[in-house]
Amino acid sequence: MNTDTIYRENIMEHYKNPRNYGRLENADITFTGENPLCGDKLVYTLKIDNKILTDIMFEGKGCAISLAASSMLTEKIKNLAVEEIKALERSDILDMLKISIGPVRTKCAILGLVTVKCALDSSEAEGSIEVKE
Amino acid sequence: MSLNTEKIRKDFPILKREINGNALVYFDNASTSQKPQSVIDSISSFYTNSNANVHRGTSTLSEEASELYEGAHRKVADFIGADSIAEIAFTNNTTESLNLIAYSWGLNNLRKNDEVVITRMEHHSNLIPWQQICNKTEAQLKFIELNEDYTLNLEKAEEIMSSKTKLVSAVHVSNSLGTINDVKTLGKIAHDNNALMVVDGAQSAPHMEIDVKDIDCDFFAFSGHKMLGPTGIGALYGKEELMKELEPFNFGGGMISEVDYDSAKWNVSPWKFEAGTPNIAQGIGFGEAVDYLSNVGMNKIYKHEKELTKYALEVLENFEDLRMYIPPLEKLAGIISFTMEGIHPHDISALVDEEGVAIRGGHHCTQPLMKLLGIDATARASFYLYNTKEEIDIFVEALKKARDLFK
Repeated sequence: MNTDTIYRENIMEHYKNPRNYGRLENADITFTGENPLCGDKLVYTLKIDNKILTDIMFEGKGCAISLAASSMLTEKIKNLAVEEIKALERSDILDMLKISIGPVRTKCAILGLVTVKCALDSSEAEGSIEVKE
Repeated sequence: MSLNTEKIRKDFPILKREINGNALVYFDNASTSQKPQSVIDSISSFYTNSNANVHRGTSTLSEEASELYEGAHRKVADFIGADSIAEIAFTNNTTESLNLIAYSWGLNNLRKNDEVVITRMEHHSNLIPWQQICNKTEAQLKFIELNEDYTLNLEKAEEIMSSKTKLVSAVHVSNSLGTINDVKTLGKIAHDNNALMVVDGAQSAPHMEIDVKDIDCDFFAFSGHKMLGPTGIGALYGKEELMKELEPFNFGGGMISEVDYDSAKWNVSPWKFEAGTPNIAQGIGFGEAVDYLSNVGMNKIYKHEKELTKYALEVLENFEDLRMYIPPLEKLAGIISFTMEGIHPHDISALVDEEGVAIRGGHHCTQPLMKLLGIDATARASFYLYNTKEEIDIFVEALKKARDLFK
């Protein structure tokens, strides 16, 4: 079946069993990422200790790409230094997903990264961002 | 079915394409239609043989181009039952046609406490212009509500209209729900209240016979690209007396009769609405497109799509975990909007695309309607004259694969 092209097994696996899914209690930052065009809305809760992201969880609604990418992202960045996470780019996410996707679905794929980076830049404990570009 | 789809399909070169190794099944006709060779050739032929500006010089070429361009207006006028080309202004698309009414009529005529009535199922193109013009003029925007079965509640429509109502604008066929609205009855209610009636015909003109005199609307807006024509061309029909009085909102070359440094007089309709060098080749292509549709026959096309829709519903009604947002079949055009439990519409459309099937997933430029329905988006399959039952079978198989993958 050529659905392997976008919906590879590991993406579907992450979609069906997302890692770090839920909401952290006593989070330092709670940030919501929204893509109003898709209706995707994911909430990320982060704990930061000594400039290291010690824990992260996410929850919400989205398509397979945005949820799987978020799941993979949380696995990748947990216990990384904040500066290291800030240095990540969209190409890192696409590499992680191991698929080639068009510009529309790229927005889904990077929703998590954009939101987490905004959260790390934020001086507030709570916030939200709309991914439009 | 009375349409010879096998023959028709040969006229559309793109239908030979393969997508992801599969034959293209194009079910995104509500977004835009494919183009027959005759339309493609008409554009190429214009640039190859007759290219010049219109309504300018007295050269042979310019006269030829003007004749072709005016001829296209006549073809489009005849296609929807307009009396003359004074009733047909070419625009870029339905959106610009509706903005033309909003700016030219709305901004000049609406006053504080006047009311504009539209419906809950309008495309953004028939919502935002009125929303913005009402904000500017301090007029009120009112909405005709939906019934449970995704049709318009015309009884309530009557109740919300009064002498304050100055204009009613409604979509003829909803691009999101597929509902065919009774715009003729709505027009009567509007006229009983001395209000103008505007019809957004973007999804109706391509798929059913339109007689603007029978509908008795004051304005009718539609796009060329959804009815086999090129992009960048649309039309606004307006009753002749209205078009004569209406002030243009786009100013510049071609739309004037006499100009001084401090004043200008307008050309006659439709030219006063077509400032600047128009989309000449696209206009000519639009004329060719309506010729093609007329030759096939609009009633035949309507019946063909009805057959396809009926066939699709029979299969989809028993499809596990699938929900459709459609009115009863007799009021449904060739558009099926649906969601599937646990799968985002974007995933549905991406998955069926991998089987060669092009559908749309999204809010279909009706965000407020989606909110009203309590959803973010739907997947939408929309049919046209070149589609077949066999393609519906392929589509349904692709949906099954998608569902199985997400299980």
